[in-house]
Amino acid sequence: MTLDYKAATEKYEPTLGLEVHVELNTNSKMFCSCATEFGASPNTQTCPVCLGLPGALPVVNGKAIESTILIGLALNCSIAPYSRFARKNYFYPDMPKNFQTSQYDEPICVDGYLDVEIETDEGPKVFRVDIERVHMEEDTGKSLHVGGSTGRIHGAEYSLLDYNRAGIPLVEIVTRIIPGTGKYAPQVARAYVTQLRDILRSLGVSDVKMEQGSLRCDANVSLAPIGSGLLGTRSETKNVNSLRSVERALTGEIERQANRLEAGERIIQETRHFLEESGLTRPGRSKEQAEDYRYFPEPDLVPVTPDAKWIEELRAKLPENPADRRKRLQKEWNVPDSEMNSLINAELVDVVEETIKLGAEPTRARTWWLGEISRLANEKEVAPTSLISTAFVAEIIALITSGDLTDKLARQVVEGVVNGEGSPKDVIEKRGLKVVSDDSALMVAIEAAIAAQPDTAERIRGGNIPAAGALIGAVMKATGGQADASKVRELLLKHLGQG
Amino acid sequence: MTNIHSTAADMASALAAKEISSIELTKQHLDRIASVDGKINAFLHIDNAGALEQAEAIDKKRASGEKLSPLAGVPIAVKDILAQKGIPTTAGSKILEGWRPPYDSTVVAKLKAAGVVILGKTNMDEFAMGSSTENSAYGTTQNPWDLTRTPGGSSGGSAAAVAAFEAPLAIGTDTGGSIRQPAALTGIVGVKPTYGAVSRYGVVAYSSSLDQVGPFARTVLDTALLHEAIAGHDERDSTSINAPVPQVVTAAKRLDVKGMKIGVIKELSGSGFQAGVSARIAESIELLVAAGAEIVEVSCPNFEYALAAYYLIAPSEASSNLARFDSMRYGLRVGDDGSRGAEEVMSATREAGFGKEVKRRIILGTYALSSGYYDAYYGSAQKVRTLVKQDFDNAFAKADVLISPVTPTTAFKIGEKSDDPVAMYLSDIATIPVNMAGIGGMSLPVGLADEDGLPVGLQIMAPVMQDDRFYRVGGTLEAALLSKWGQPILSKAPDLAVQK
Repeated sequence: MTLDYKAATEKYEPTLGLEVHVELNTNSKMFCSCATEFGASPNTQTCPVCLGLPGALPVVNGKAIESTILIGLALNCSIAPYSRFARKNYFYPDMPKNFQTSQYDEPICVDGYLDVEIETDEGPKVFRVDIERVHMEEDTGKSLHVGGSTGRIHGAEYSLLDYNRAGIPLVEIVTRIIPGTGKYAPQVARAYVTQLRDILRSLGVSDVKMEQGSLRCDANVSLAPIGSGLLGTRSETKNVNSLRSVERALTGEIERQANRLEAGERIIQETRHFLEESGLTRPGRSKEQAEDYRYFPEPDLVPVTPDAKWIEELRAKLPENPADRRKRLQKEWNVPDSEMNSLINAELVDVVEETIKLGAEPTRARTWWLGEISRLANEKEVAPTSLISTAFVAEIIALITSGDLTDKLARQVVEGVVNGEGSPKDVIEKRGLKVVSDDSALMVAIEAAIAAQPDTAERIRGGNIPAAGALIGAVMKATGGQADASKVRELLLKHLGQG
Repeated sequence: MTNIHSTAADMASALAAKEISSIELTKQHLDRIASVDGKINAFLHIDNAGALEQAEAIDKKRASGEKLSPLAGVPIAVKDILAQKGIPTTAGSKILEGWRPPYDSTVVAKLKAAGVVILGKTNMDEFAMGSSTENSAYGTTQNPWDLTRTPGGSSGGSAAAVAAFEAPLAIGTDTGGSIRQPAALTGIVGVKPTYGAVSRYGVVAYSSSLDQVGPFARTVLDTALLHEAIAGHDERDSTSINAPVPQVVTAAKRLDVKGMKIGVIKELSGSGFQAGVSARIAESIELLVAAGAEIVEVSCPNFEYALAAYYLIAPSEASSNLARFDSMRYGLRVGDDGSRGAEEVMSATREAGFGKEVKRRIILGTYALSSGYYDAYYGSAQKVRTLVKQDFDNAFAKADVLISPVTPTTAFKIGEKSDDPVAMYLSDIATIPVNMAGIGGMSLPVGLADEDGLPVGLQIMAPVMQDDRFYRVGGTLEAALLSKWGQPILSKAPDLAVQK
């Protein structure tokens, strides 16, 4: 007898805890001036400090402190007037000093929260995720274990070490335990990480690319029988490299734990690795014998004591919370959830907002970015924003609104701009894409169309208005699409006594 | 005539007056090293070629009329714990055998920039852990006063080099007395500046919150000249103090202590100190009174816990600082025969590469930081540290400087204490509180003990960043002693040529 997810969550209550590591996008490392570029040749971005050479000393990157404080403020944390770095001691070949400079009992940001909204059976529901702490630390180097079957250090023939990553500034954001999510635990976790990612992106402090490891989530979960009030033994799942994986990993882990408990087995407190292909987790390092990291205050660094005035300056600089902003824009633009989600997923909210700010009519701004421009971007496999500037889009939309361009003509203008033919004005001029709005010129075409299809004209005179379509089509064809169809219709009907 | 027995200040004047070239002066010292260092073993690495090259460069600059630093062209010996680009740097340990740093420590860079000629690297207790230089992986250093005795430690090589006229100046480091104690035992001047006054960048760390680089010389003025050359804020050391360097050279030349209040620390006198040591300290006090100073007695009741607290804090930090010696990136590697994993190779290397005392302290520190013991050991030790600071604050409210003996005894025999760690640790009982409080202190030779004819050191301590005060007192007392003796103390040391 095995429990599926539904049955598992009908019997057991999951309790979540999430640790998110964020690589900051500072130009230099946490404690030295080495570059932080992703993908550089191994061991080319190193120096005595990040290699932990004897005698080398760390100096804190002020920009990293600023970024961390911004994160703390965005997550509603208190910023500690006095915090310290500490050494976390353990031996591992990719850690140059065999201790990681981190923060322990005196972190820089504490006691925040983030409200996340998810869709439940009863409609949208907000869960408050309490943030315990946000602290700074340095990343380790990267090991590549070659040979052996597991890709792990044990059994490998040899290992390659790249210290470029050693010393990259990391911020760790730790939640308190998140109770009461019930069967929605995986969704709450995903929504939390998603929202966190959006906040970090809006702050501009990190690349937040889960697939590149600049945002990493360790998902802790434990189960206890519903209503028991107990807290079960937790597991910690690592290697969760996408938002979707956060949800999948937790779903799988909840199922696994429930089935162990059902079978009368106990949950081992351990680190587990998420396997992308199967959606399952496999055991990693066991934490049964809790490793003793022998934390103590880092004597090579002085305490971090940001002054209150600076913190307030940073607070004033905080951008609007992305979730609030979306709600505001959705209301302003009056669009349904589905369209808003399309804009969010396509990362077009910013450009649409900007295009509207430049005077474009809101509905057209959304339609053009989501439609024609996205289509062209898809064809070219690039981001829509790289194809055309918001200013040009706003200009084109203004011409549509004023009747100087038809949608069809506008598509040609966009195509011309994208192909590098210059500004919308240049394209219109070079391609001769002007709406024919001269009544006498149109009348010539209309009369020609009536002459060609006298029967149709007769039917219209007799009150068959829909029949006008055929004549309008003929006029549009005759003018090469440059006529304003509604204008043609107006003139035609008037001419045939139906205006 | 300028020779190896001259003071560094006189050497500098002679160089400036072009009475002697840096090449000549450097050669004199290299010759001296060649003839006596077989007996002393002060040097682990002698950089003949590098020193002569540097001397030649300085001579050229001087010939071209370039403005040079006060000590340009004067030779120096550097403790083997400071990284010097391309020059072996072992910290007295097997585990760093063969390592040539790819960078200069800030102090070495400053010396180079000042044109001070680096003769070589000096012997020391492994990773600065010890008080006799017997813990060096490369053999002990002998005291020039008596080759059967230790020169103290951990900077024993630097002190012995200066006392044996192998160098007029030397750099040491002091974590619990490692400059002041060997200075006292070899009859020279040694200073531990205020913590943060001299950059620690490039100094192989023993105990980061206590380590401090400082100067050795044969006179107070020479020590001050070197102090000014190496001190100052360094952006690469976060614990470096960003404030002007105290005017120690001016203070050393002042020769006046009228109106100064000198505190004698009650807890660091009387029983527990060798009679000859106490006698010389008492004489010094009389000379200071005669020079116009006022003596006050001060009490530092918490000093009695300082030694125990030190042996928790220093090993704790050391256990972490020394973790990086794992054979992965530099230094010794043992057992890498293809059959062992990284962890085993790390383990085998550390087993083979660290000496007994270093292992003792790593184990001690690892234990003290362990979860469940941290509060009782490391935590309590930090509280003692605060109390020791308070003792100093209270004492400095009553006195401008404080004095005490540097060590309980004169130089002890090689092997005498090497099997008794606690007896060895006790030789730093008077120097450790200074490190705990982060203040500065000087060891000044004040004569020979009657019972053994060996040098005695007086410790002079001043508040944070008031290092000029002990130079003022030291310079005044030195002058009074010199006029009493008629000749420098080192002239009483037995001739090395006849010592066996």
